[in-house]
Amino acid sequence: MRVSLFVTCFNDTLFPQTGQATVAVLERLGHSVEFPEAQSCCGQMHNNSGYQREALALVRRFVDVFRNAEVVVIPSTSCTHMVRSQYMHLAGMAGDYRLLDACAEIAGRVFEFTEFLTRRLGITEVGAYYPHRVTYHASCNSLRGLQLGDGPKNLLRAVRGLEYVELPGIEGCCGFGGTFAVKNADVSTAMLADKMRAVLETGAEICTAGDNSCLMHIGGGLSRGRTGVRTVHIAEILAATEAAA
Amino acid sequence: MSAVTYETEALTGRDFPERAREELRDSQLRGNIRKATTTIRAKTAEVTGELPDWQDLRRAGQAIKREAMRDLARNLEALEANVSRAGGKVHWARDAAEARWIITNLAQAAGAEMVIKVKSMTTDEIGLNPALAAAGIRPIETDLADMIVQLGHDTPSHILVPAIHKNRAEIREIFMRAMGLDHLGDQPTELTAAARRYLRERFLSAEVAISGGNFGIADTGTICVLESEGNGRMCLSLPRVLITLLGIEKVLPRFEDLEVFLQLLPRASTGERMNPYTNLWTGVREGDGPQEFHLVLLDNGRSRILADPVARETLHCIRCSRCLNVCPVYERTGGHAYNSMYQGPIGAILTPQLRGFAEAGSLPYASTLCGACFEACPVRINIPQILIHLRGEVVREKQATLGGRLGAENLAMQGALAMFEYPALMGLAQRLGRVGQKAVERDGRIDWLPPGLSGWTASRDMPALPPQSFRAWWRSRRGRP
Repeated sequence: MRVSLFVTCFNDTLFPQTGQATVAVLERLGHSVEFPEAQSCCGQMHNNSGYQREALALVRRFVDVFRNAEVVVIPSTSCTHMVRSQYMHLAGMAGDYRLLDACAEIAGRVFEFTEFLTRRLGITEVGAYYPHRVTYHASCNSLRGLQLGDGPKNLLRAVRGLEYVELPGIEGCCGFGGTFAVKNADVSTAMLADKMRAVLETGAEICTAGDNSCLMHIGGGLSRGRTGVRTVHIAEILAATEAAA
Repeated sequence: MSAVTYETEALTGRDFPERAREELRDSQLRGNIRKATTTIRAKTAEVTGELPDWQDLRRAGQAIKREAMRDLARNLEALEANVSRAGGKVHWARDAAEARWIITNLAQAAGAEMVIKVKSMTTDEIGLNPALAAAGIRPIETDLADMIVQLGHDTPSHILVPAIHKNRAEIREIFMRAMGLDHLGDQPTELTAAARRYLRERFLSAEVAISGGNFGIADTGTICVLESEGNGRMCLSLPRVLITLLGIEKVLPRFEDLEVFLQLLPRASTGERMNPYTNLWTGVREGDGPQEFHLVLLDNGRSRILADPVARETLHCIRCSRCLNVCPVYERTGGHAYNSMYQGPIGAILTPQLRGFAEAGSLPYASTLCGACFEACPVRINIPQILIHLRGEVVREKQATLGGRLGAENLAMQGALAMFEYPALMGLAQRLGRVGQKAVERDGRIDWLPPGLSGWTASRDMPALPPQSFRAWWRSRRGRP
């Protein structure tokens, strides 16, 4: 399949290894990956902060860039949820019904990375090897937004060498919430403290998720506390192989 | 006293983040709230999960509410006609001041020096108690939790359990002080026995009761109040005069609509399969119950909310409080941080629409948009979508002023947009960032950021920008310049 990668501005800038891992997994599975360089941001930050007029410009850009894509794969649960649940709303509110149709049409071809593997391709075994004790933060957008269910967990459980430990309170928000993390830093930190306690309780070396924004928040706290526990995006775990290790 | 004084007496002028910071420091409060919300969450999850048609019930509730709002004027006129036909009198209140005036006059006309009250958030919304007190009428709250709040000179922190922030030991102290008791145990039976003694005297001597209402049925003129203690029933049946304040959004078209809501509300709210005391009355009946019944229908901003195509769903709320119980923000801060009788996620969308953004503009931002409220809501109100919509309103109000346009946030957002519109600019920004971060980076970590972003680094490290962005890697990989 010809896969168009929407890497997200966040991964592009701060976590290029996640994009690289996504490419590695997809190519290993025999798909060709293209990266349209005109892409930038899905508009989630603007939209969720109340800058909907500004977000609309980014909706148009996304639709233009990926209009002819066979499928679009996004290694971020929240950005995928933005495209799927907010684009049509924004276009409708702006009264741009041609754009609304385009958004509705493209939404069916847009997949979150793990969703693409488990639901579009129907696979859980991707030939990965990762000899670590790992816990998984489900993320609100994966659970309640995209409703990915156990797909990501099944992918992890199928990784050779990986010891999966369930995170207590897995359905709970980590407290990131975009600009919430800065605007309401105290509440965000209180929520993070509970999430970190749960992560540490599992005895895992690594906490993974399908979204680097939650992971930057959780990982930032784990790093500040010098806990020795790292955060790693799920794509990087699925990209790891025995040959590389 | 001006109208503003009644409704905003608890206002501190501070925003949610500052109030939350203070509440977060109270470890007793956090323990109390966590314990209470965890218990009720498990209970509601059990009794909603056991129904095979729970999701269908939610959809039915949503559909009925949509219908009730779509034909609001017709439904309200039918309600008025049917209440009047059954011997009740209907009053229309445009706003809080008008509602206070109507109710105070009615109580005075009945010669009341004291009124007993059924738990009602709408009377809190209009600031009724201070208005009654100013008119020389003593309001007595009879809902146990409301009574704790009133006797403790406190404010409610939860829609359903207004004293959720108090534990038994604290309640014991409040009762001993307010009731002048020398001895009192802290067991639930001892506390409720003290409350019963205190309330019984008042139930028997009151001439006037004031209630809110859960539902007003248009086609029969029936009013419905759900409660758990029986104290409400005392108020609704003993006094000679009954005054009910009902927000206009509480109207349901048909009596049989109760079939849906009497299943939805208790299961979502208290986690009970059936509500303990379901009170229904239609007008007055000679020799049975109140002989005078007044229904005050309150707008107070609701028509304005109805005019907003996205936010109008706010009016579907049946005040079950389940969104508070599942909210991770509420669980940490408790209700006082919201500075309103409507707290948690529903408060974060309702309060700003009732009071305006100047006063409550920080509330739509008091959420991570985690979606737990939407998932739990028995009438499927898409609270996260309304929060985003209201944030948009806040921003539009800000952008309408020069100060707002030149504010740091707006400039940052416009800058980010320009960058995302011109990916070349983004590449440049990434390169500049890598140079700029040298001053603050240590071992790939940043633990200090300037004011504006310092909220992040107060508790979290920030990863340093990597040597190469993804797009730069992609180009090098393809062997392009």
